[in-house]
Amino acid sequence: MSKATFRISRGSGGDLTPADYEIEIGEGMVVLDAVHQIQYEGASDLAVRWNCKAGKCGSCSAEINGMPRLMCMTRLEDLDLSQPVTVEPMRAFPHVRDLVTDVSFNYRAKKSIKPFKPRKPDNADGTWNMKQEDVERVQEFRKCIECFLCQDVCHVLRDHHKHEEFIGPRHFVYSAALEMHPLDTEDRVADLKKAQGIGYCNITKCCTVVCPEHIKITDNAIIPLKERVVDEFYDPLTKLFRMFKPKK
Amino acid sequence: MNGYTTHEFDVLVIGAGGAGLRAAIEASGNGTKVALICKSLLGKAHTVMAEGGMAAALGNADDRDSWSTHFADTMRGGMYLNNSRMAELHAKEAADRVNELEAWGAVFDRTPEGRINQRNFGGHKYRRLAHVGDRTGLEMIRTLQDHGIHQGFEVFMEYTVVDLLMDGGRVAGAFAYERNHGTFHLFRAKAVILATGGLGRCYKITSNSWEGTGDGHALAYHAGAEMRDMEFLQFHPTGMVWPPSVRGILVTEGVRGEGGILQNSEGRRFMFDDIPDAYSHQTSDNEEEGWRYITGDKQARRPPELLTRDHVARCIIREIKEGRGSPHGGVFLNIHWIKEHIKDAEGHIKKKLPSMYHQFKELAGVDITKESMEVGPTTHYVMGGIKVDADTQMSTVPGLFAAGECAGGLHGANRLGGNSLSDLVVFGKRAGQYAAEYASAHDMPTIDEGQVQDITQETLAPFERGDTGENPFQIQQALQEMMQAKAGIVRTHAEMAEGLEELQRLKARAATCGVQSNRDFNPGWNTALDLKPLLACSEMILMSAIDRKESRGGHYHDDYPEKCPEHGKWNTIIQKGADGTMTRRESEIPAIRSDLQGIIEENQR
Amino acid sequence: MTTTGTKIPLPQQRAFGKTTRTDRWWLKPLLVFLGFGAFVVYSTWAAFQGTNYFYGVDGADYISPFYSPLLFGVAEAHPLISVVPEGGRPPWWPGWMPFSAAFFILWAPGGFRFTCYYYRGAYYKSFWLDPVNCGVGEPRKGYRGEQKFPLIFQNIHRYFLYVALIFIIILLWDAMKAFWFTDIDGIGHFGIGLGSVIMLCNAIFLGCYTCGCHSLRHLVGGRKDCGTCSGPIGKTYSCVSGLNGKHMMWAWISLFWVGFTDFYIRMCAAGIWSDPRFF
Repeated sequence: MSKATFRISRGSGGDLTPADYEIEIGEGMVVLDAVHQIQYEGASDLAVRWNCKAGKCGSCSAEINGMPRLMCMTRLEDLDLSQPVTVEPMRAFPHVRDLVTDVSFNYRAKKSIKPFKPRKPDNADGTWNMKQEDVERVQEFRKCIECFLCQDVCHVLRDHHKHEEFIGPRHFVYSAALEMHPLDTEDRVADLKKAQGIGYCNITKCCTVVCPEHIKITDNAIIPLKERVVDEFYDPLTKLFRMFKPKK
Repeated sequence: MNGYTTHEFDVLVIGAGGAGLRAAIEASGNGTKVALICKSLLGKAHTVMAEGGMAAALGNADDRDSWSTHFADTMRGGMYLNNSRMAELHAKEAADRVNELEAWGAVFDRTPEGRINQRNFGGHKYRRLAHVGDRTGLEMIRTLQDHGIHQGFEVFMEYTVVDLLMDGGRVAGAFAYERNHGTFHLFRAKAVILATGGLGRCYKITSNSWEGTGDGHALAYHAGAEMRDMEFLQFHPTGMVWPPSVRGILVTEGVRGEGGILQNSEGRRFMFDDIPDAYSHQTSDNEEEGWRYITGDKQARRPPELLTRDHVARCIIREIKEGRGSPHGGVFLNIHWIKEHIKDAEGHIKKKLPSMYHQFKELAGVDITKESMEVGPTTHYVMGGIKVDADTQMSTVPGLFAAGECAGGLHGANRLGGNSLSDLVVFGKRAGQYAAEYASAHDMPTIDEGQVQDITQETLAPFERGDTGENPFQIQQALQEMMQAKAGIVRTHAEMAEGLEELQRLKARAATCGVQSNRDFNPGWNTALDLKPLLACSEMILMSAIDRKESRGGHYHDDYPEKCPEHGKWNTIIQKGADGTMTRRESEIPAIRSDLQGIIEENQR
Repeated sequence: MTTTGTKIPLPQQRAFGKTTRTDRWWLKPLLVFLGFGAFVVYSTWAAFQGTNYFYGVDGADYISPFYSPLLFGVAEAHPLISVVPEGGRPPWWPGWMPFSAAFFILWAPGGFRFTCYYYRGAYYKSFWLDPVNCGVGEPRKGYRGEQKFPLIFQNIHRYFLYVALIFIIILLWDAMKAFWFTDIDGIGHFGIGLGSVIMLCNAIFLGCYTCGCHSLRHLVGGRKDCGTCSGPIGKTYSCVSGLNGKHMMWAWISLFWVGFTDFYIRMCAAGIWSDPRFF
């Protein structure tokens, strides 16, 4: 058994001070185990949001040694334990207490996206036919567990606080899942350009780096959406083609 | 600080997993005012953890399948303690619910013809589980969530209900606290739907998440509802066992559905050694036939790894007890062996079981395409729950409905894998529909102020004891260790009796727990309040289990290791007595409708 | 939604370079800065030379990729527009301005790379520090991104792609010519010099970079929601997607190699070294 120190941000409403906790650590422990150990050993009011502890629900998002990560998927073996391990709340959202932030922004942003609208069913029993190859692109986006780490790391929200004009990487992934759904008939491109501010993304790919589901957010979701925006708003040639294309 | 905000709704849904969301969506039609309370953030409920799939007799992967076979499989799996009408409705309606999810945007894996693909699972005669890799639950909850947020119901995130409010014998609403700031909220409602999921957190080794503290079970019990079959807990045969911090995390049955085999330390496929008579006609007795079944050969019989969960879990326990376990006290689950049969086995495994691959790679440092997983049983699901009417899902308390895991009856003594996700939407929809009907036929109930005062006092009591009280986390852990030891997968009368005694001591300790600081997002306080449902559920489990003197499904009684036909004629009922103590009785199972009985017999051949 | 309405302010913006990260987060942007910087300095220098871009010794026919297609140039390098004296300088070019044939064409690959999705992300970080790395404080408070002028013009990328695709064909043609040597009697025959191989690699690397372009990926199939609905689109799309997955790698390899190709031919032409012939 060896020991490690955790420097955890404590306080309410953004007024934070780091507090050091030294605990015994065991084999295979993750940062969330350490936080639970600290609660068990006395700091029962240490606020932390978590659910499944298996990397599937995306609740225990925090910043560990400055990088947005899931506490339940960050093994202590992969950290330098000779230094205190800093654990801080996400910075892109209003702070509530200790490691907990108010992530309600994300739920509002999602509601602003037009819902799924399928084409008429292919079969008499109300079902559709789709090839596996065609659904795979969308299935990648649907792996998202809504941990909001990508929102947290995105400097447009984190440093520039453009929450009112920009929906963030998570919601571009969600928009991509709908836009590229083989059955969907809705058009969200104008919203993406205007109200949802996809142009604010400057493709620095931090969202892709932190994604615990390894979704290639920038390359597979945001850039293809940017290209669709180009199709509709910035490319005179496609506009011209569309004028002469027979209407379906 | 003891004040509260009052909200009024027609229908109040407590719990926002698959069942709660589906109920809220259904109830929201026709101008009904609906509230949905989630203990966590929306979309984080334990439904996301469901991996393998959703059972429905679509007949896409095997056209011999039909609702009647699904019904018979469910009844056989539940050892005939099920509510047969629920099993019938479930089997008949599951396919529609799957198709409905697709219409709301779910993207299931496809067959080569472009239909929804289906996979093998334990106890299901044909390939029946609609799935998305091994993250079907996530797909389901996200689909319901994304559809639901546009249906007009109000969502209250991170609210915990501490008690149901009563108006005479009828339910009148619920009292809750909000987690971020600890404020109190009174929800007055004509009808209440409980969809709070399971109670796995009563145990130390569990696949359940933080929230699985049996809230709905306890709320209904304290409201006077009848509870059924609480002795039947499902111990999922394959949970992770190493490293210690991940012990209990689920390893999907889909691994076995894709051809994974169980081996002991000698490398033997021990599942071939013990095949129950009820399944011998549909289980293969050699490796070659088992593999043919996996690849879709309709003539082949199922490999024994795909027997029901209760049986597989017990076989694993036997191997471990007899000294043939793995180094960390489990057995080996081997999926990499399929490379003997499949050329690109590594790619196949990563594609079919992506989150299992990552889970083992990242949490245990094991590459499942090359090495075997170490697995052992983990507390997973409670078959028992609130006794409900099969068609309407109303409990024995007027106006109180239940759906999903917190309701009992569908699964009998043992649940088949994949039947839970379909249970959520089939009965979630029904609960929503009938709760809305009930609400439109009834007036707004009145609130008993005295009850509200009692609840607020009880809720704030841990602060009054403050630092002098015991740390609630330590009491919770003691309870979990007790239940693991006394009411686990193998039970004895002596241990359960000790468990009941110990439970009284734990109740006394819980009454002394104290918490520090204030009500803002305070896990200590939240845990202190969770002790009440945990203790109630633990007591229900022990009370029910100690008097079922046989072994059946999820209940294995070491003093009575055989199934007893006499005990197959009744369900255990738990109810709060007039004096506030817990009472137990047996309730005779009504005769199964003759046409359904015919289906059962036909499928036994 | 009901759990909103909290009035708590967002955390304070951090000062430039401020972070809790403990790793060497500054290393990667620094390396990118040095890498791109070195290329920009070298290519500008090479473009301003206006000479030594063609190597014709022993019947070879190597032209630097910085100068191809050659519009105006020395006669032996087969310029497209008339042979003019004085190193290819057209008579209408203002006398006070330095001249180089590279000026006419470098805007195209330069623009392609400048508007490339990979490069954009990389130089916004390394040169504009916006952000210098993930989770690190930024120097400026204001931010317009690509939503507004001037960076909204990055959306022109696909037009540069069209030109870049033509350039790939030209460079392939140049590479083929580099395998064709003219002997003393004026008869051409197949041969292999080190330069031929370098030029072929250059065309291939640039091809891999160009064909992995995000815009191309969109145009060949990404814009459709159902790839298999129209047969061959699926194949092309997955090829481009494969290259796109390694776009950063090809961006760096082709960048280095195109500079190296120019350097190699320049050194040959300047007589610093001579091109070894294998065949």
